[in-house]
Amino acid sequence: MNNVALNNTLRFIGLLLLQVLVLNHINLFGFINPLLYIVWVLLYPIKKNKTTLLLLSFLLGLSIDFFSDSGGIHAAATLFIAYIRIPVLNTILGKSDFDYLLFNLRSIAFIKAFTFIALLTFIHHFIIFSLEYFSFNSISSILYNTLLTGVFTIILSVLGIILFTKKK
Amino acid sequence: MQHLIYFIRKYRYFLLFILLEILAFYLTIQHHSYHQSKFVNSANFVTGGLYNKVSSINEYFHLKTENQLLNEENARLKNQLDRVQIISNDSVYNVLDTTYNIQKYEYLVAKIINNNYSKRNNYLTINKGSDTNISPELGVINSKGVIGVVKNVSSNFATVLSILNSNSKINVRLKNSSHFGSLIWNGDDYAFVQIIDFPRQAKLKKGDTIITGGKSAIFPEGISIGTIENIIIKNHQYHQIDVKLFNDMSSIGQVQIIKNLQKEEQKALEEKSNNE
Repeated sequence: MNNVALNNTLRFIGLLLLQVLVLNHINLFGFINPLLYIVWVLLYPIKKNKTTLLLLSFLLGLSIDFFSDSGGIHAAATLFIAYIRIPVLNTILGKSDFDYLLFNLRSIAFIKAFTFIALLTFIHHFIIFSLEYFSFNSISSILYNTLLTGVFTIILSVLGIILFTKKK
Repeated sequence: MQHLIYFIRKYRYFLLFILLEILAFYLTIQHHSYHQSKFVNSANFVTGGLYNKVSSINEYFHLKTENQLLNEENARLKNQLDRVQIISNDSVYNVLDTTYNIQKYEYLVAKIINNNYSKRNNYLTINKGSDTNISPELGVINSKGVIGVVKNVSSNFATVLSILNSNSKINVRLKNSSHFGSLIWNGDDYAFVQIIDFPRQAKLKKGDTIITGGKSAIFPEGISIGTIENIIIKNHQYHQIDVKLFNDMSSIGQVQIIKNLQKEEQKALEEKSNNE
């Protein structure tokens, strides 16, 4: 039990530092900065207390906001995907194969895990860019940024999850 | 009462979610209005300190370009000095008027420790703060042109509202005539900014130089910004004017902060006239 808490703490700090010191300065093609830190929300154990998850994802988003001077937009988006995580999993997996106690992102079919990651990433990015542009006139820029940044975040998250987590 | 407790217990996650979400939206909206983002900014002890550490490693990789910039600026300033000396030698007599020797602008040096240019609203962090007399609303420039305006200040760090930000609006004018306009950024490309509110009478052509106008108390007049790259005219009005910046905003290191020593005096006088 303690091991899980320690793992999540280290992952929290590691992803935060990786995001603000490396990934925020990548600027691929001039503007793409993948937001890899949301992997922390995806990997947080399902059976753990939901209140802790909500508070910690708010804190993670807010820490990113502190570093990138962006008000509360990362906090709002990260909190939202943390809240809809379980309903989304329920719809993708169907009630029958959903085992709360033994759930692991690596143990379900790859295509289902991929859909889960892609869906949450796009929702998160859409909220981020909508709040950042903050105007209906720039809806095309919002969608364009969401799509391109989202694709790179998904590629990095899938690779990261495959390389750094154990298959059970 | 029992129903209320039952209700709260049943929907406690949802209520917590709504509460935190409202807090996040509050911070976002507060941040979008220019004058008040007191809480969430990178000018605090932890984030500023971390950025400072990382930038002290990073700056070794840019020593060569920084040196070259300094050298170029030295050469330009020496040329100016020579010109001044020639003028004063040519004049028949010198007027000794001490009021001309009162300094209007003071320049302080600082270093950018966190640079952003790819977002819609970009902020920079610099390594000087209120301990070295930096206060909000001071202009930030480097040898090639305008960078932005100081926004939040802590004791050792400050954040700068970059010209690449939707809240930034700087008074500018043409170098060869005195038509004024405002400099904004539409968020597309960090090498280009836009000018709005240019009068129809102004004759513009591609390649004209744009400098600061000096109508605000922040920047002195005549700091270079860029050259006009593209002009779109609609209904005999200037619809969009693109300006190519002299600065490469993706690689800036050493900057100067301009302190207007007569700002208080000017502000007080303007306020007095407005109130009458």
